[in-house]
Amino acid sequence: MSHLYDPYKSTSPLLTPESSSPLPAKTLRVPRRDFLKTSAAIGGGLCFAAYVPELAARPLKNSPANDGSFAPNAFVRIAPNDSVTIIANHSEMGQGIYTSLPMLLNEELEADWSKIRVEAAPVDAAYNHTVFGLQMTGGSTTTPSEWERFRKMGAMARLMLVEAAAQKWSVPASQCHVEKGVVIHNASGRRASYGSLVVAASQLKPPTDIPLKDPKQFTLIGKPTRRLDTPSKINGTAQFGLDVHLPGMLFALVARPPVFGGKVENFDASEALKIKGVRAVEQVPSGVAVIADRFWPAKLGRDKLKISWDEGANAKLSTSQMLADFSKQSASPGTIAKKTGDAAGALASAAKTITAEYDVPYLAHAMMEPLNCVVDLRPDSCEIWTGTQFETVDRANAAQVAGLSPEKVQIHTTLLGGGFGRRANPASDFVVEAMHVAKIAKAPVKVVWTREDDLAGGWYRPMWHDRFVAGLDGAGNPTAWTHTIVGQSIAQGTPFAQYMINKEGVDSTSVEGAADILYGIPNLQVDLHTPKIGVPVQWWRSVGHSHTGFSVESFFDEVAHAGGKDPYELRRQLLANQPRMSAVLNLAAEKGGWGKPLPPGRGRGIATHFSFDSYVAQVVEASVEKDGTVRVHRVVCAVDCGRVVNPDIVKAQMEGGIIFGLTAALKTEITLENGRVQQKNFHDYQMLRMFESPEIEVHIVPSELSPTGVGEPSVPPVAPALTNAIFAVTGKRVRRLPIRAADLVAGSGARS
Amino acid sequence: MTSFFLNGKPVTVDDDPSTPLLWVIRDSLGLTGTKFGCGMALCGACTVHLEGAAIRSCVAPLSRVSGKHVTTIEGLSPDLSHPLQRAWIEIDVPQCGYCQSGQIMSAAVLLKENPKPTDKDIDEAMSGNICRCGTYSRIRRAIHRASQLATERRPS
Repeated sequence: MSHLYDPYKSTSPLLTPESSSPLPAKTLRVPRRDFLKTSAAIGGGLCFAAYVPELAARPLKNSPANDGSFAPNAFVRIAPNDSVTIIANHSEMGQGIYTSLPMLLNEELEADWSKIRVEAAPVDAAYNHTVFGLQMTGGSTTTPSEWERFRKMGAMARLMLVEAAAQKWSVPASQCHVEKGVVIHNASGRRASYGSLVVAASQLKPPTDIPLKDPKQFTLIGKPTRRLDTPSKINGTAQFGLDVHLPGMLFALVARPPVFGGKVENFDASEALKIKGVRAVEQVPSGVAVIADRFWPAKLGRDKLKISWDEGANAKLSTSQMLADFSKQSASPGTIAKKTGDAAGALASAAKTITAEYDVPYLAHAMMEPLNCVVDLRPDSCEIWTGTQFETVDRANAAQVAGLSPEKVQIHTTLLGGGFGRRANPASDFVVEAMHVAKIAKAPVKVVWTREDDLAGGWYRPMWHDRFVAGLDGAGNPTAWTHTIVGQSIAQGTPFAQYMINKEGVDSTSVEGAADILYGIPNLQVDLHTPKIGVPVQWWRSVGHSHTGFSVESFFDEVAHAGGKDPYELRRQLLANQPRMSAVLNLAAEKGGWGKPLPPGRGRGIATHFSFDSYVAQVVEASVEKDGTVRVHRVVCAVDCGRVVNPDIVKAQMEGGIIFGLTAALKTEITLENGRVQQKNFHDYQMLRMFESPEIEVHIVPSELSPTGVGEPSVPPVAPALTNAIFAVTGKRVRRLPIRAADLVAGSGARS
Repeated sequence: MTSFFLNGKPVTVDDDPSTPLLWVIRDSLGLTGTKFGCGMALCGACTVHLEGAAIRSCVAPLSRVSGKHVTTIEGLSPDLSHPLQRAWIEIDVPQCGYCQSGQIMSAAVLLKENPKPTDKDIDEAMSGNICRCGTYSRIRRAIHRASQLATERRPS
């Protein structure tokens, strides 16, 4: 377990964790206590400076406002023809943000919704995340973090347009109102469209006092509103990174080492260079790049490469060894992450104790659009086109490779064909590599990853082992709960370590969903072992919750059964002081028909999970066939995510997260043998498909509280709700994901 | 040189005849609506129509389409008027959207051959298309809805 390999050194030679963070120093200044608060709330754990409102409130220096548009701030432009461009500083990767952000802004702007278009923001401090102080998308934070700013930016524009009209008519602004992008003087009925007011409004000073509507007056927020990006995604016009084409552009593939941390010893390119269209074959820090006129010759050329690798320290890594090592480590307590009461004492005096160990594997993000990056590197400037979640970090890393200042590097964020965290890489691996290729190509170049490259490329959700002991009193109530977690830290070795890892060495994302469980158990201990392993790991949709959701909610079910309690009733009992979670639990149980008869052979399971500040409960109906095949029939999901901006998008995210979580429960694992990733493509890293997809029902708890996360919170509870259902119908307890049919056939183990 | 019809128009390309059709369409002819997802006919993102049948263009060599008619998502309708496109908008199916061209091209062949598909028919026709965002339940609803829309539009 001590193969020390620092992936950051390997993929980004210029980025070393402690010494030279590529991030501007001024962004790294959040006091520890704020971080803890935010981290606990956001889970993703990234935390930097709060945003500077004055920056955002100013249009960019190079704003296209000089095209005759009115650009009162960095987020909106209104053209003389009444068209409204909303500048999105968060990436659209499916979560619907190119619709939700315009809804926020236009709630206050009150322009004609049909005139709204969305544009990706350039990289600029004005677009930094309001909490994290970086331009980025992640942690289910877009709506919560922009909830106020986008409305203010819209209100600012409206106030100035109304003022412009009022001055034109010599009437008080207070006697005017707006309807669908037209300012109307109440008394005279005089009208002026926003487009007709852009010149006059541009002359005005932006207001400093920007009152916002009372939520009772919302006309757009809270209403199901069709996504603005749907038409372009069903006629072939949507532009993803892979679709970018520049004049004279070359294509490249990179042959990367078969083992993480491996190095090129030598290579023979002679056969590759014989392929028509191959222009160059050269070594880059991450491997050997093949550059060609088109993708296909680059691929053929790469297939012909002969490379000798120095496999380095990780050539013996194997999943079976890691499983054994993790289990062994979990037998003794790790670093304390949370301690309430006296768990050891309570266990010693318990009427009954139960113990269980859980395992989950490394997981690849497997976005449908494989990674890619287009770079046009010039002597004194650089332009990058890519689907990224991490603009500020990527720009800083790219600038270091280019030897340019970050201001000379521009990133054009395209649509993302899925992100799930992979496109927020702390080392900017896919961007940095493309920069190195661009140095060789001496022309614009598109680096494309194949599916095989993507699956073997690392930056996985870590493998985790969870060991629990619970103590029950004579009435079957849990009095003690200990949870020992073993797994790699996603922050260790990154510039984010100082914000995510406390001084005792606990990465908050390793224990989220475990150290902050909502159940009222009087004696609780959660501790952590953080082995160092040479497999690069990273955030993956729902981050730490993706393993704690499964293990905590499964073991809770075990505790309920051990105490002779109904799993729903015990949850109710121990969530008595958690009104929001109780409400979603009760709603899911009611809509899921908890306790009602089921067709023969079907079982029901229930689970709850709090993540990204949102409360989710799910009820799954499942059956197990004779050969062990699991069928998921129905998933009922209840969510409280605060005030809802677009209910249909919330539902879509819950549906998508459930499929994502079921895929992890039923299908996927990345395993290693001799240091090599065993999975190659979708035949051995299988995704859930249409015929396996259950009926999904989403119920939203109405709320007037501020919006909370939506993109991730439905992922964690679905695996345990499913395995709890499997237990209900078969009496077999699944403690290792993905679920294996062999464990569920009659007579097999896995029994509680 | 290989010639074929792309969305009704004759095209000629100089790619090696063994080049997968996907890369000819995307890189040589510049139509990028057809997507690369796996390169092994496992995910369906590259689905196009060859003489009206759904094929995975990532494993179809250019030589196979010589002289034939190929339709991509760009050729499905000029104005989003295909019943599937109308249903996809009505139900807001896509999330990231990357797989949706392939989903719609598979569904189009299904509906042509089976205007009133059952859930089971949809499972069978659509199980070669992966959606990582998990839009399956909406795809199913939208195919049923498109089936209705197509019937409504038909002159009586």
